[in-house]
Amino acid sequence: MFSLENITRFIHEWLNGHFNPTFALFMEFGLVGVAAITLFAFLGLSLVWMERKVAAVMQIRIGPNRVGPKGIFQTTADTLKLLMKEGLVPDGADKFLFNLAPFIVMIVAMLILAPIAFAKNIQIWDINIGVLYLSAVSSLSVIGILMAGWASNNKYSLLGAMRSGAQIVSYELSAGLSVLSIVVMTGSLSIKDIILSQQNGWWIFKAHIPALISFIIFIIAVTAETNRAPFDMAEAESELTAGFHTEYSGMRFALFFLAEYINIFIVCAIGATLFFGGWMPLHIGNWQAFNHIMNYIPSSIWFFGKTIGLIFLIMWFRWTFPRLRIDQLLNLEWKYLLPISMFNLLLMTVVAIMGWHF
Amino acid sequence: MIEEIGRTTEGDLIINIGPQHPATHGVLHLVITLNGETIKKVEPHLGYIHRSIEKMCESLSYRQFIYVTSRMDYLSSHINNHGCALCVEKGLQIEVPLRAQFIRVLMDELTRIASHELWWGAMAMDLGAFTPFFHAFRERETITDIMEKTCGARLTMNYIVPGGVMAELHPDFQKDVKRFIQLYKSKFEEYNELVTGNVIFQNRMKSVGVLSKKDAISYGCTGPVGRASGVFCDIRKLYPYDIYNKIEFEEITETEGDSFARYLVRLKEMQQSIRIIEQLLDNIPEGDFQAKTKAVLKLPKGEFYQRVETARGELGVYIVSEGGTTPYRIKFRSPGFSNLSALEHMVKGLKIGDLVAAMGSLDLVIPDIDR
Repeated sequence: MFSLENITRFIHEWLNGHFNPTFALFMEFGLVGVAAITLFAFLGLSLVWMERKVAAVMQIRIGPNRVGPKGIFQTTADTLKLLMKEGLVPDGADKFLFNLAPFIVMIVAMLILAPIAFAKNIQIWDINIGVLYLSAVSSLSVIGILMAGWASNNKYSLLGAMRSGAQIVSYELSAGLSVLSIVVMTGSLSIKDIILSQQNGWWIFKAHIPALISFIIFIIAVTAETNRAPFDMAEAESELTAGFHTEYSGMRFALFFLAEYINIFIVCAIGATLFFGGWMPLHIGNWQAFNHIMNYIPSSIWFFGKTIGLIFLIMWFRWTFPRLRIDQLLNLEWKYLLPISMFNLLLMTVVAIMGWHF
Repeated sequence: MIEEIGRTTEGDLIINIGPQHPATHGVLHLVITLNGETIKKVEPHLGYIHRSIEKMCESLSYRQFIYVTSRMDYLSSHINNHGCALCVEKGLQIEVPLRAQFIRVLMDELTRIASHELWWGAMAMDLGAFTPFFHAFRERETITDIMEKTCGARLTMNYIVPGGVMAELHPDFQKDVKRFIQLYKSKFEEYNELVTGNVIFQNRMKSVGVLSKKDAISYGCTGPVGRASGVFCDIRKLYPYDIYNKIEFEEITETEGDSFARYLVRLKEMQQSIRIIEQLLDNIPEGDFQAKTKAVLKLPKGEFYQRVETARGELGVYIVSEGGTTPYRIKFRSPGFSNLSALEHMVKGLKIGDLVAAMGSLDLVIPDIDR
């Protein structure tokens, strides 16, 4: 079959058969790098297109339909346009930080990609503290946003960055706790082990209501963490024009824009991995025949299908809900989500210790 | 002045909202003083779209000046024209045919619905929800199509003239309006599902920008803004013009005076407008659509005042005539100006997000404020 697993194994064997192992390893490094960057660009472009189409459906209109069939090249054209535009740096800006900020946001987004398992045996870096790594690195992006807001020397940007800082730091907690509840179930921080533990059913089904609660909290928290509506306080175009990237233009703006979509993909991939078994096909207990049929669907399709499903959910939020106010946003986190997720973690621990899950 | 902006002795943050800003729906310029996110002071700077309409009217004849007034509050241009026409008719003592009165009121109410539809979408957009805007425009488009068929224009209609209306109704008018009412009624529940019932929306609107009854009266707030604070200020009820005294409809009032009350008033007003249209639509009497008037209108020497209820509140038209073919002086009392003046009182001590919510609920049209 042409599943990703077989292709990579073929490449690996071919390289090792023709070159000496060290050289082959370096070539694999290069290939992975190229693949990661390609995936990055492809994801960014296709998710922007998807968002436009989802928005169009919600808003009873057609969406992009001129450039290419169904407008699939619209975002490519837009990116080319942004590439050709002048990247303006305001006079009062701190030039070094201003130029650095979009790259930090982008690099952080790329770093999180490392431990994610895209398909069976396809994982760039199977680190044994994978989940810890994810939550550690994902909170770095706030530095880029704060940097952008401060360096722009614009009051709107500053307010946006300030909001974003308060928001990401707070919602990191709930996201972390809900991730932890799955770690409690699995007993491992490694992404690979977490996926393998869902061999006979996904955690969202196996761990009853606590898993459902932590999934809901996870989705809310990551929506806030990626600065998406209804938590797009950092941008809030009706209040702060464009928030932290008000002063950015050209490709620097595009980097922020693409990083936002990569971040959505990543958080949805994490959600799919933790709660929906990543690339693991839908298995139900001892139904051998059913499980066997499900195994015929390639693992990469399972992974991307689940991720895109979650991405759609997050896009659906954006085009339905109005925005919260900054104090309501922080209230929601500190007064509701955090206590609930702490209690839920306790509940989950009890479930795990007593072995009440399937 | 410009140097001062951005610096205060207390070290507060001063931000210019506008003249180019998504939340102001036009070229309103608010200089707001912030302490962190909390608003300490709001100072509106006007004049960015001042076209001296009142001065222009002084050199236009009584037939011509009405066209300029469509450009004041462009979302209720019919009602502006209506007010001016009524004022001129008052001076000339023209008896308007009953058919024309019916058509005028029908058009007024259609305009009111169209204006509130647009406001509904823009209000949701101010709070960060984009989708309602498109849903609102789906219905609003039907109204503009009806207007286009009869008046030939979609926004600045110039249809109501002294003595009646400009032209006969389009033959399809009744059929189209019925189709619109059917569409509107089938979609109205969607409005509540998508926006009114939303928890986030209610939290953003409730007890935000509270205006007490006393304050509403002292700031001169009219229209939905005044009525949401419990002031009975519907000109259609207080000083009925044309056939409004023969129509059954309710004056919607709320008591809370917050942004959500203003929101509810407008939503319910749309339904009352539908009720008015339904009463009139099948009973339009036969007859002339325009009274016989002289080619050149000359108002007798004196002062004339007429008020009408636009979608935003009370519009007053004040004409001083020296007996010539053009007015000596014209003054418009625009609802938006008084409503805007209450903004600072409403949002002091709240957050920036509340400023946007309160400003959206005032339903400001900037060309109406500046004229």
